[in-house]
Amino acid sequence: MSAGAMQKDRSAQEGTKGPLVEIEGLRRVFDLSRPWLNRMIEGGGRVTLTAVDSVDFTIREGETYALVGESGSGKSTIAKMMVGLLPPSAGSVKIGGADMWNARDAGAIRAMRRQIQMIFQDPFASLNPRWRVRAIIEEPIKAFGLIPDGRDRIERVGELLSLVGLDPRDGQKFPHEFSGGQRQRIAIARALASNPRFIVCDEPTSALDVSVQAQVLNLLRDLQDRLGLTYLFISHNLAVVRHVATRVGVLYLGRLVEEAPARELFSSPQHPYTKMLLDAVPDIEMAGVERQAIAGEIPNPVNPPPGCHFHPRCPQAMAHCARDIPPVHLVGSARVRCHLFADR
Amino acid sequence: MTTPTLSVRNLRVEIPTRRGVLTAIDDLSFDIAPGEVLGMVGESGAGKSITGSAIIGLLEPPGRVAGGEIRLAGERIDNLSPDQMRRVRGRRIGMIFQDPLTSLNPLYRIGDQLVETILTHERLSTKAARAKGIKLLEEVGIPAAEARFSAYPHQFSGGMRQRVVIALALCADPELVIADEPTTALDVSVQAQIIALLKRLCADRGASVMLITHDMGVIAETADRVCVLYAGRLAEIGPVRAVVKHPQHPYTKGLMAAIPTLVGDPDATLAQIPGSMPRLGAIPAGCAFNPRCDYAFETCRTKRPGIYGAGTSDASCFLHSPADAPSAPAEVLRAADRSGIVLASEAKETIT
Repeated sequence: MSAGAMQKDRSAQEGTKGPLVEIEGLRRVFDLSRPWLNRMIEGGGRVTLTAVDSVDFTIREGETYALVGESGSGKSTIAKMMVGLLPPSAGSVKIGGADMWNARDAGAIRAMRRQIQMIFQDPFASLNPRWRVRAIIEEPIKAFGLIPDGRDRIERVGELLSLVGLDPRDGQKFPHEFSGGQRQRIAIARALASNPRFIVCDEPTSALDVSVQAQVLNLLRDLQDRLGLTYLFISHNLAVVRHVATRVGVLYLGRLVEEAPARELFSSPQHPYTKMLLDAVPDIEMAGVERQAIAGEIPNPVNPPPGCHFHPRCPQAMAHCARDIPPVHLVGSARVRCHLFADR
Repeated sequence: MTTPTLSVRNLRVEIPTRRGVLTAIDDLSFDIAPGEVLGMVGESGAGKSITGSAIIGLLEPPGRVAGGEIRLAGERIDNLSPDQMRRVRGRRIGMIFQDPLTSLNPLYRIGDQLVETILTHERLSTKAARAKGIKLLEEVGIPAAEARFSAYPHQFSGGMRQRVVIALALCADPELVIADEPTTALDVSVQAQIIALLKRLCADRGASVMLITHDMGVIAETADRVCVLYAGRLAEIGPVRAVVKHPQHPYTKGLMAAIPTLVGDPDATLAQIPGSMPRLGAIPAGCAFNPRCDYAFETCRTKRPGIYGAGTSDASCFLHSPADAPSAPAEVLRAADRSGIVLASEAKETIT
């Protein structure tokens, strides 16, 4: 294992390059109301769910930005809006300076599309079972018309397969002939096929076993070092995030409650929710250590608590937490949405 | 010596398929002492859940117990008739499954499900059963238990549903609780609560627990001992701290190093085990782990290792048995010794 050779200080990469992705005031509201006629006859008003609420962050070139949060926190909704699968209700997603959801930038975005790719959670669902691996990986190359010549394309597919640690001859096989980890490698090869700059990884290792998870995480880091990729890494597993991220954003019910460089977030978390999350993760290093379990569960996002969404579970909640939405405060290099830091 | 609550000896589970008979569990033996929490870990397909199903007699056909013995408090339960087994399940062995939504009937009120289960196992009046049910719900931490008694499963959140399932599993005061991935479907913050609850309730009642999970973190914080499975075979079994901190089987070693943790250097590359676990139809000859093992030598490829004492644990690896594998090359032994594997004294002598 060439651990030493590949090891490098990831935090040193920060701040060396300009922003690639800029998210501003991003908001997404889903309408869960029953049909109009039912509302008229049976009564009851509109029901909406704010999945993502005024989220801002930037991702610099070559960085891995991780979004963490429990189910219902809006992680995947943000990812979908970033790759162009779901229009936001408000706010903007700028990638390479072009606004994804602004018609004036349509031309620039079409050119940008090639540079944005996505890796999904379940490698059993994200690969077409009736296509050979070669066709799966070839698809983006064809779709963007990158390599017109068929033979060159096959050669490129072979290269991509070797890049992710598979045999070029594996292109002849079907997805069912591979294990979960190998399938995720195929999904990565497909994402790399269009020479992207930015890859959104939505829980890329949650469906994998630990020993295979380590292989895929190491591969993603290795590819980033070699190809200068920028990642948005979505995960609910904090230990995994700690190993890949340069910056981390913590989501709670659609709001970004804390954002900080990875090292700081894990060594000195500021927001009470971040502290609670870090404390709740079962860790093999904690064998035999008793600890306090936290109270409560994530409330229903359809009617979240007013003010700070976290206040009913917060051990440090104050009277106005239930009333006022906390603004973003700067604490060191972290941005924290919490009233505790108001007077600093 | 006290009789173990559960004793599994040389268990063998086979699944006949069109392409031949697959051996899902091969020669697995372990004990669970009264009041003990035994963690069962392994990757998907290692046979954790099948072991659980075999114990409670709910193997999915065509799977079958093809050999070995399962004893509950000294009595054999693997050869009971389905009718007798039904009386063991629920009353003497409680079960908690991964998805609380599928283990509760969505059409019945929570309270009715509890009362029904209590009345199946105990001779009580409906009124007394209801009182007991409410008390159980309070014990598992459901607020306003009396009012929620008549609620339906969909009116509960995931964590609350799993609490109800725990109440159902414990309502007949079983000697053994088999919890199969009880927290996998839950969020981290809720997971910690459920684990603490399960641990406390079983400790109060003196019930033994077999905790099946793929999450080593959960095991590390909950179990007293841990049993690591690989391709349907026992790799290592021992006290949880020893297995986590000083693993003695090369597979366990690789597994522990591959788990990302919240301490240590985040920039270090994670250790990885090359390849993946073999499918049941393609388990290599000799030790099942040999193609992925850093320490494999000739004997490992031809002969299957037994279970040998290794420090405070037991491991199925020839590194711990100079008698069974006299041909172990000195450089392999030296490398193993350097990496913290406790060699037998004879082997230690040969390399020094």
